[in-house]
Amino acid sequence: MSSGDFVRSLPGASAGFEPRVSQLQRFHIDPFLMFSLLAVCGFGLAVLYSASGQQFGTVLRQGVFMVAGLFAMVVVAQLDIRFVRRWAALLYLLGIGLLVAVIFYGVGAKGATRWLDLPGLPRFQPSEIMKLALPLTVATYLSGRTMPPSFFQVMVCVVLIGIPTLLIGAQPDLGTSILVAVSGLFVLYFAGLSWYYVAAVLVAVGVSSPLLWSYVLHDYQKQRILTLLDPEADKLGAGWNIIQSKTAIGSGGWQGKGWMNGTQSQLDFLPESHTDFIIAVLAEELGLFGVLVLISLYLLIIGRGLLIGLRAQDEFSRLIAGSITLTFFVYAFVNMGMVSGLLPVVGVPLPFISQGGTSLITLLAGFGLLMAVSTEAKRITR
Amino acid sequence: MVDSLRIKDTRSEQQLFASRASFASVIVCVCLAIIVYRYFSLQIVEHSRYTTESEKNRVHVRAISPKRGLIKDRNGVLLAENRPSFTLGLVKERTRNLQETLETIDSLLGIPEDDLQRFREELRFARPFKAVPLKFNLSEKERAVLAVNKHKLHGAEIVAELARYYPEGPLYAHVVGYTGRINQREQQAIDKDRYDGTHHIGKVGLEKQYEDILLGEVGYENVEVNAFGRVIRELERIDPKPGQNLELYLDSRVHRAAYEALGENRGAIVAIEVRTGGVVAMASTPSFDANKFVAGVSTKQYSAWRDSPDLPLYNRSIQGQYPPGSTLKPIFALAGLHYGVVDTAHTVRDRGWYRLPNDSRFYRDWKKNGHGTWVDLHQAVVESCDIYFYDLAFNLGIDRLHDFTAQFGLGQRTGLDIPSERKGILPSTQWKRAARGQPWFPGETLSAGIGQGYMLATPLQLANATATLARRGKSMQPRLVRNIADERAVVTNHLENSEADWNAVLAAMEDVVHGNRGTARSISRGLDYRIAGKTGTAQVVGIAQGEEYDAEALAERLRDHKLFIGFAPAEKPLIAVAAVVENGGTTGKVVGAPLVRKVIDAYLESPQQGGEALAESSLQ
Repeated sequence: MSSGDFVRSLPGASAGFEPRVSQLQRFHIDPFLMFSLLAVCGFGLAVLYSASGQQFGTVLRQGVFMVAGLFAMVVVAQLDIRFVRRWAALLYLLGIGLLVAVIFYGVGAKGATRWLDLPGLPRFQPSEIMKLALPLTVATYLSGRTMPPSFFQVMVCVVLIGIPTLLIGAQPDLGTSILVAVSGLFVLYFAGLSWYYVAAVLVAVGVSSPLLWSYVLHDYQKQRILTLLDPEADKLGAGWNIIQSKTAIGSGGWQGKGWMNGTQSQLDFLPESHTDFIIAVLAEELGLFGVLVLISLYLLIIGRGLLIGLRAQDEFSRLIAGSITLTFFVYAFVNMGMVSGLLPVVGVPLPFISQGGTSLITLLAGFGLLMAVSTEAKRITR
Repeated sequence: MVDSLRIKDTRSEQQLFASRASFASVIVCVCLAIIVYRYFSLQIVEHSRYTTESEKNRVHVRAISPKRGLIKDRNGVLLAENRPSFTLGLVKERTRNLQETLETIDSLLGIPEDDLQRFREELRFARPFKAVPLKFNLSEKERAVLAVNKHKLHGAEIVAELARYYPEGPLYAHVVGYTGRINQREQQAIDKDRYDGTHHIGKVGLEKQYEDILLGEVGYENVEVNAFGRVIRELERIDPKPGQNLELYLDSRVHRAAYEALGENRGAIVAIEVRTGGVVAMASTPSFDANKFVAGVSTKQYSAWRDSPDLPLYNRSIQGQYPPGSTLKPIFALAGLHYGVVDTAHTVRDRGWYRLPNDSRFYRDWKKNGHGTWVDLHQAVVESCDIYFYDLAFNLGIDRLHDFTAQFGLGQRTGLDIPSERKGILPSTQWKRAARGQPWFPGETLSAGIGQGYMLATPLQLANATATLARRGKSMQPRLVRNIADERAVVTNHLENSEADWNAVLAAMEDVVHGNRGTARSISRGLDYRIAGKTGTAQVVGIAQGEEYDAEALAERLRDHKLFIGFAPAEKPLIAVAAVVENGGTTGKVVGAPLVRKVIDAYLESPQQGGEALAESSLQ
């Protein structure tokens, strides 16, 4: 096998694209993406320092995870995208195996069994693996075939997506299962899934939602949806979180109360202030201004991700770039929506800001893939 | 090879991706716009509403209780003060093993069952970081024991707060009264804002009467609290205003002399300053330790006091209603002179008994064979001749007797600034119709004429009437507190008797003590000033004739009450005193007068008050 096998020429692809050789590019790092990610990470640490009640230890721990995540990102960025494609299916199978293992050997907290405690490994959530393995696998499957996918291919993808989604949903971890499903569906979307299918899925979800309500959703999940609709109904119970987070956000105003001066967060009125509800701390202390800065940073990352997808030279790269980027967007959107009372409370952390190690590493590894795609495109066009 | 075909495919695939990506960008932008709009509406549009919500969360108002006003006697001696009281409390979240800690404390100090029960009750509803009181009023020794064993007592905390303290315990318990924890009934009656942070309220005596003035004004501090209610810091503070101090007319030396003179007896002494109407002494025995009520009296102790036949909780000075007996004879004599029924020369034949026309019943004198054949007004007062006053009362009639005597404040509350005063009974035909629904019988006029029968008076009323006698008919409002109301003494009533009438009656009263045949002559020995007074004996009623009873136990309680009223110095009166000694002894024995002398002695010896006044009066 020679490298020529994989070189595909694309006339006009290099037009308006002057290859620049820099130190960063030598290590397959996309400078624009890297800058945006570092900015949002630094922002996140600052917010976390305040949200954790000025606990330097918490911030240090998160910093260590960030460094580990960035390291993982750089490592993944070095991978040849073909290598990734070759091993995606295996990673998927490993992920499914571990998810099944969670059912039998999982360790739980707060009534949900999500963790796996394997000897010799730090405790981790197998669902994290799926966040990357699923889109990679679906992309692998679809990119070998002509686009748009046929009905049969769509069905295969639905099965590929359905298995981990159900396994994760059963833990139960509604937030992650939705995100995993969404990451697979985005691959289908970018592969050119017919709009009819898109419409059909939307209609199907709409029609089946009463069934979902009755048979699929757990009581606490139903409660969260009811709470969204009327948080005042149970002020001190289920409604507490959302009332307090809205109060925190609203009282922040335009400029905020100042870093580390948020009363809702510093006086413990805001629950989960350093994890899922951290945007409320940001909004309270840094105001709408801080929120807009964060959204702008997110927008830069999303824009860059889609651009990388557009510039990618092969279908697989495009699909994973698109899927990873949009999944990241969904993370941010769902979290910001749920904390501000637009969406029901599902356990989705705010990317790069919420405390949490494994999800951060997965996230950054995903961006490592984006960088691998980006550098691949440049290498090929050069 | 299908290479060319694939390239074409790739291009269309890329275009497909591009269109999907641009559609996705639109969706992303729309979604983020929704988010931005959402945050905008929360943070800008509804900002003020959420700011209010957040402040409501954060800021709590905490009341700071004011210092209760002090109560002092006329010389500034403290009768009621505030002292730090130490309470042992347990903080639930800091105890490691609650049961073990409780057992340790029990072995060190001993925890009464009452306290333990209340503690467990309170603990159930208490926040885990708040100290729940376990034992009140720790002594210095107990505090030392706790300090030494601190390492064993996790979560134990000694809290100091100001609590009422009565330095003299039982001495002023009836006058000053006491404070106690606010009970449920009071809780409903009080202004909750004023009592925010205050746990005690005046229950009886001056503490109750002047509650409003003593209480002070509550202060506030705004504190920042966290979600668990724990105080983080103080934001703003309005200091409480301490309650106003009370300065009394009461003279602790005179009061103490009265209390000690009563000794083991059941009885009461009230002394009133003639010039002002100020109450200088107001003692009631037996008494109780007022401090016991402040921390919360135990059920056992309370029922012991309540059920004691000696009634220690009862303020005899204002609540004890006794037949005034012969102590009213000077007033009746004045009534006789006023209405012209008698004059100073008028005499009555005394054979030891008296009979009404058309009535076979004999009304006897206390002295079996009478006081000699013909008795005049002077002798009648000095020797307390009943026959003379039967005749006087009969000739006067009950209603004139009533109207005149009423001007001395009998049969009505004196209006002394203390709660629970009783008004006694000054009978009249009208009173009897209203109270008993019966007509007045002439025989009852005779009983009234010697202060018996329906007639009842409190020691305060008697002292007040004595002061009026001393002022030669001028009535003044008796008062306990000097510094709150207008200080000027006001004459509320002035009798119209002539100087001659007054001279005659007051001279007779002087001879009660200083005359050869005076009923209280025994106290004149060694007296370097002159007392005008009148003895009295009240028959104990209430036990039906022929009723069987334990003679030994009840015999003492069936003895007559002994009374004495007097003022001194006779020529320029400064102090008027009334004493009642319950079951004070058999007829003829002088009991009340010596007590009154001790009180007057104390007052006149008191350098600031009587001493100066006496020196002043002797100069004139």
